[in-house]
Amino acid sequence: MLKRITSTIYILLITRLAANAETEMADTLRSNGKIYVVVMVLATIFAGIFAFLVYLDRKISKMEKEK
Amino acid sequence: MRNWWWKIGCLLLVGYTVVGGFLMPVPRLDILNETIRNLYFHVPMWFTMIVLFGCAFWYSIKFLRTGNLIDDIYAVQYTNTGIFFSILGMCTGMEWAQFTWGAAWSNDPKELGTAMCMLIYFAYTILRGGLKDEEKKAKISAVYNVFAFAMMIPLIFIMPRMVDSLHPGNGGNPAFKQYDLDKYMRLVFYAAVPGWILLGLWISSLNIRIGLVKYKRENDL
Repeated sequence: MLKRITSTIYILLITRLAANAETEMADTLRSNGKIYVVVMVLATIFAGIFAFLVYLDRKISKMEKEK
Repeated sequence: MRNWWWKIGCLLLVGYTVVGGFLMPVPRLDILNETIRNLYFHVPMWFTMIVLFGCAFWYSIKFLRTGNLIDDIYAVQYTNTGIFFSILGMCTGMEWAQFTWGAAWSNDPKELGTAMCMLIYFAYTILRGGLKDEEKKAKISAVYNVFAFAMMIPLIFIMPRMVDSLHPGNGGNPAFKQYDLDKYMRLVFYAAVPGWILLGLWISSLNIRIGLVKYKRENDL
């Protein structure tokens, strides 16, 4: 009888723990602020790509005017 | 400097997507974890492709009506940029699938449908490369492009929804049903889609203008 009760308590505890365990997310990266490094790097890349697009756009405009 | 306003809009929208896409809160879901943020980057690639192929379809019909070779340049460059975005969409999708579905390729109906659609459009560029006469090339490829767009609709929109799929929202309803519940994701996603579409239109406009300059030079010589 005692064995049964303890095992029931064990099972209850385990299911409780499993329910409490949260889905893993990048919380450490966020808590120590390093996510901003990733954002900064990507923002730099996009700034570069957009600068290139603007440069290309103006170059083509110049080519069109040469005609 | 003509019509810069929409390019500035594109810059703002995509810039906001990159920053907001990483910093805005997302729902905590098992298996997906942080990769749910790929929704802001992977899905708009396909939307952009569909818009660009739609533009190509429009200009192909316009060419068939008018016979103006300038419309052919528009159709070709929209198709080329659309293919570029489809390759980006496929690569990002395979990367995402590798870490969430366990394999880069799992013969998902949507994967197969888009792969077939991509092959149809690859055949378009091969078809163009194989024809020498400009007039004939333009006419045959315009007819083919109309066919390709008409094939894309069932392959991407209809067929994957008739069977069960790993993609969310398939086997019945259109996508985004479960994401729509999250208002923070909507805040970024609804900015990401027009942003990336504008970027696709911008890149194709550059390609078109190069094509037009080339065409004019060849005709003057």
